[in-house]
Amino acid sequence: MSSSISFTHNKYYSWCRNNLFSSWINGIITILSIYFIYEVSSFFLNWTIFEADFVNNFRGEKITDRTFCSKNIEPGQHGACWAIIIVRFHQFIYGFYPVEEAWRVNLVYGLLPFALVGIFFDNLPFRKYFLYFTFLFPFIGYFLLYGGAGLDVVGTSKWGGLLVTLFLGVTGILLAFPLSIILALGRRSKMPVIKTICIIFIEFIRGVPLITLLFTANVMLPLFLPEGVRPDNLLRALVAVTLFQSAYMAEAIRGGLQAIPKGQLEAAQSLGLTYWQSTRKIILPQALKISIPPIVNTCIGLFKDTSLVLIIGLFDLLGVGRAAVADIDWAKLHYEVYVFISLVFFIFCFGMSRYSLYLEKKLKTDNS
Amino acid sequence: MSNSFLRKLIFDEKIRSLVVQTLIIGIFALIIYLITQQTAYNLEKRGIGTGFGFLNMSAGYDISIRLIPYTSESTHFRAYLVGLINTLMISICGCFLATILGFLVGIIRLSSNWLFRNIAYVYVEFTRNVPVLLQIILYYTILLYLPKIKQALVLFDTFYITNRGIYSPSPIFKDGFSIVAWSFVIAIIFTIFLKKYFKKKQEQTGKQYPIFYVNSALIIFTPIIFYYIMDMPLDFDHPILKGFNFKGGMVVRPEFMGMLLGLSIYTAAFISETVRSGIMAVSKGQREASQALGLKNNLVLRLIVIPQALRVIIPPLTSQYLNLTKNSSLGIAIGYADLVHGFGGISLNQTGKAIEIMSMVMITYLTISLTISLFMNIYNKAVQFKGNA
Repeated sequence: MSSSISFTHNKYYSWCRNNLFSSWINGIITILSIYFIYEVSSFFLNWTIFEADFVNNFRGEKITDRTFCSKNIEPGQHGACWAIIIVRFHQFIYGFYPVEEAWRVNLVYGLLPFALVGIFFDNLPFRKYFLYFTFLFPFIGYFLLYGGAGLDVVGTSKWGGLLVTLFLGVTGILLAFPLSIILALGRRSKMPVIKTICIIFIEFIRGVPLITLLFTANVMLPLFLPEGVRPDNLLRALVAVTLFQSAYMAEAIRGGLQAIPKGQLEAAQSLGLTYWQSTRKIILPQALKISIPPIVNTCIGLFKDTSLVLIIGLFDLLGVGRAAVADIDWAKLHYEVYVFISLVFFIFCFGMSRYSLYLEKKLKTDNS
Repeated sequence: MSNSFLRKLIFDEKIRSLVVQTLIIGIFALIIYLITQQTAYNLEKRGIGTGFGFLNMSAGYDISIRLIPYTSESTHFRAYLVGLINTLMISICGCFLATILGFLVGIIRLSSNWLFRNIAYVYVEFTRNVPVLLQIILYYTILLYLPKIKQALVLFDTFYITNRGIYSPSPIFKDGFSIVAWSFVIAIIFTIFLKKYFKKKQEQTGKQYPIFYVNSALIIFTPIIFYYIMDMPLDFDHPILKGFNFKGGMVVRPEFMGMLLGLSIYTAAFISETVRSGIMAVSKGQREASQALGLKNNLVLRLIVIPQALRVIIPPLTSQYLNLTKNSSLGIAIGYADLVHGFGGISLNQTGKAIEIMSMVMITYLTISLTISLFMNIYNKAVQFKGNA
């Protein structure tokens, strides 16, 4: 009797009681869930880690092609063969970028956080300078990656893997940002011509799949331009991605603009500020602050959607993965490649979604 | 004189906006003029004509997944129709499956069982943070590793699961089956009137009628009775292994299954989040009040919580349906013959009519998007608060 009383006072016991075994049905569900988790995680851990090959196979030989993979030597006995990722790691991260020039890509990867941190954290010291750097970053990055003026030129056809994915994602977002502000303001404009143009643009882009825009940019852009001007494939994709992202971002910003009380604009105007002054100093700073979470959500969407460029023949992360799978020396190692790429995308997208949740929480406490 | 005009231009808002708008129209007209000129020049130089005459020409390629008759001699317009039907088919099936899965996961996410709801949470986070294209390719790859036709997995002696698709018996409708089908339709219409009648009675007398059981029995048993009256007018054509392939029956291709799995598993993760937030938006007081009135748990859910949650759920659900429809264009990556793959891909490469074909494809997608929005808006209006305008 006394022992059972002391038992119920244990907080772990009462937590389990409330959250796992509150009723008969819940108890059964808990036991089934534990079984399910055990089965899935033991299979997955065995496949990815305990029974997997990394550099050497189970005989201790170095894996140089698929015939050395343990699972191909003893079918059904071993797990993943990660050697394909290790051997092709350079391709996954840099594409076909020359090995001796890879430091330039590394430098850009290293500078990237500094370019983004100013946008993401508004209580950062010296934030102004970080923002200046953000605007300079696309030019610095492009110079470093493409070359010229002392650096060897590396054409965009040699870019690939994570480099292309990040390039399209980050540049697309940075270029779309000013465009989307103009579109969002234009959609709320009192001038019917501007309003109509913005509405048609936004609704058209949002109504068609990204892949048709990529096709259009790929096939039709050369038709629209004079003969001398031939933007390369990556730039064409970038145009499509930027236009696509700007329409979605504009809608996110419009939501923020709508949430600003009318009194703010009226107060600004009664102080004698012009439309542009009041928009720039009063309306936009407030509207952008509340629309950052939905903007980040569109950025997550865009980052995932950059994988579509493989359909128009660019080698992004997924494109490089498909090429790796198609290689005869490494054929039939689909799962390893796809799981690895999923993990990379997951880390980026999950990180961004956590950040957006953090912002939402912060905004809630700010307003209360 | 000119000074006052300039003054007006700068300080009179009406005139200023008029000038700005005229300028913008002018710039747009100029850009469009330049582009059309350049395009016409480029097209002429490459020897590509314009116009939609190519739609009547023979397409010359085959499409394996089709619901209407199509051969390689059929026209490009026929190819367009086949692609359109395939796009619609995958979108409708995908939306249906994603909704069911999404509601299920959304409700599990609200379970009081910590482990159970966190399994759903892990599913949601893992599927929505990985590109849908990657998921489609992954599921398609898994389907291609199913056993070969010779070693097909057999389910209940009727379904054959292979890496070339899932083979199942196809129905053969004999004379009189249309009567069974019509009896089914009439039973459904009848139940709608019956439901209205019972409701009216309940409002008048306060007595409750077993609407649900009566109606389900009507819908289920009417066709069955007619089926036996008409002397069982339904036969099945079973797939039989002949040589290297199955003859007869129906087949669901792995391309279709891969698309269906990819699209619905991905979209279901998003739908489950909207369902969860919709149910959480119904205030706790509503639930407690209805329990205080003595309603049972399932009635609380059916009569109080779900109708109110739907008002919150439907607008984001609409945008998920739109996303799924647009994502169905990714079929090109695994060879599912949708609008973009067949007409927008192969026809475009053969004829070179990029402008005509891409604008047709885009306008089709716009029409589908607008139609979905329209119907969901009508439905949304129907479930919103009445008299709240």
